[in-house]
Amino acid sequence: MAETPFTVPRPRSWVVDTYFMAHRAKLLDVAAFLDRVDRAPPDDGAAARTDDPRLVSLRAAIALLVDGEGDRARRILELFSDPSTDPIDRAPGKGAIGVWPDYDPDA
Amino acid sequence: MHYIDPHIHMVSRTTDDYARMAQAGCIAITEPAFWAGFDRSSAQGFHDYFRVLTETEPARAAQYGIRHFAWICINPKEAEDPGFAREVIALIPDFLDKPNVLGVGEIGLNKNSKNELEILEAQIALAKARDQLILVHTPHLEDKLKGTRLIMDALANHDVDPGRVLIDHVEEHTVGAVLDAGYWAGMTLYPDSKCTPERATDIIETYGRERIWINSAGDWGPSDPLAVPKCHVEMLRRGHPRETVKRISIDNPRTFLGQCAKFDVEDPS
Repeated sequence: MAETPFTVPRPRSWVVDTYFMAHRAKLLDVAAFLDRVDRAPPDDGAAARTDDPRLVSLRAAIALLVDGEGDRARRILELFSDPSTDPIDRAPGKGAIGVWPDYDPDA
Repeated sequence: MHYIDPHIHMVSRTTDDYARMAQAGCIAITEPAFWAGFDRSSAQGFHDYFRVLTETEPARAAQYGIRHFAWICINPKEAEDPGFAREVIALIPDFLDKPNVLGVGEIGLNKNSKNELEILEAQIALAKARDQLILVHTPHLEDKLKGTRLIMDALANHDVDPGRVLIDHVEEHTVGAVLDAGYWAGMTLYPDSKCTPERATDIIETYGRERIWINSAGDWGPSDPLAVPKCHVEMLRRGHPRETVKRISIDNPRTFLGQCAKFDVEDPS
């Protein structure tokens, strides 16, 4: 980079004061969402709800939040990303689900 | 504060949005050709769309004192049929000569398929042959990281000058590679996907103010045509100087877009 990155001009206490309540609410939204999933009945004939790749990746991302390392946003986006490098033969459709469906947290 | 929204799909927005954007300080926009939320059934459908981008929207914007510029292409979401896509590509050269068209865009990838890549490369070649600026769409969500790498490989394979390409929809996992390779980077401000104003400001603080801009990419989906000025509020409340806001939303767009002589928007300050 030609330019030296610059920091938030406000002190850390200002950052916490300004953003804490909003992120407290977002964290509770995540918790309530996971509770809502648990309360919902399973889909007929579908895989167990805990196997949904979106939830598998979400749980892995939550663990990443508290691993003590920085660059959390970048690392979560990478965790959600398709790691392959070659173009696929045909587009299966237009949409994306938000996570790489084949992600294996034990791999 | 005055600003330029360099990526917004006004064809999907109401005239009230033009009014609100003008009231918020918008002086110019650029509108890339993209998917309309449905697949067009013929190349003629694209011809009509390109006329909207080059005739209808400039007139609608002018009613509110906003300059309207456009980019022409076939987007990656409708590029899976290469034969059809090449029919559309054949329409592009005539529209590149329109007075408000700045270049080829937003080309790119969606699901990172071989057909999408073939059509991307065809349009990169067209842009290079016509000495056009390029605006790049990078894929959504889980496909973005891989797609961004494939797109940068394709651009490098065609020996395109990175300084004449803006790669849009960057996030924390792609912005570094885009800037390091010499490309311009665009951050899109969306409520549920891409960047929020807070994260966009974080990225500016982390990666600096050079070769980067913000845009609303407002369209027919969840999006906000006033996202750019809302990000300015976020930057200012953190204590960033107004000069930095101007750099991101006036100076940088003018520098990149001004490489096309048709972009004659003057510094409003």
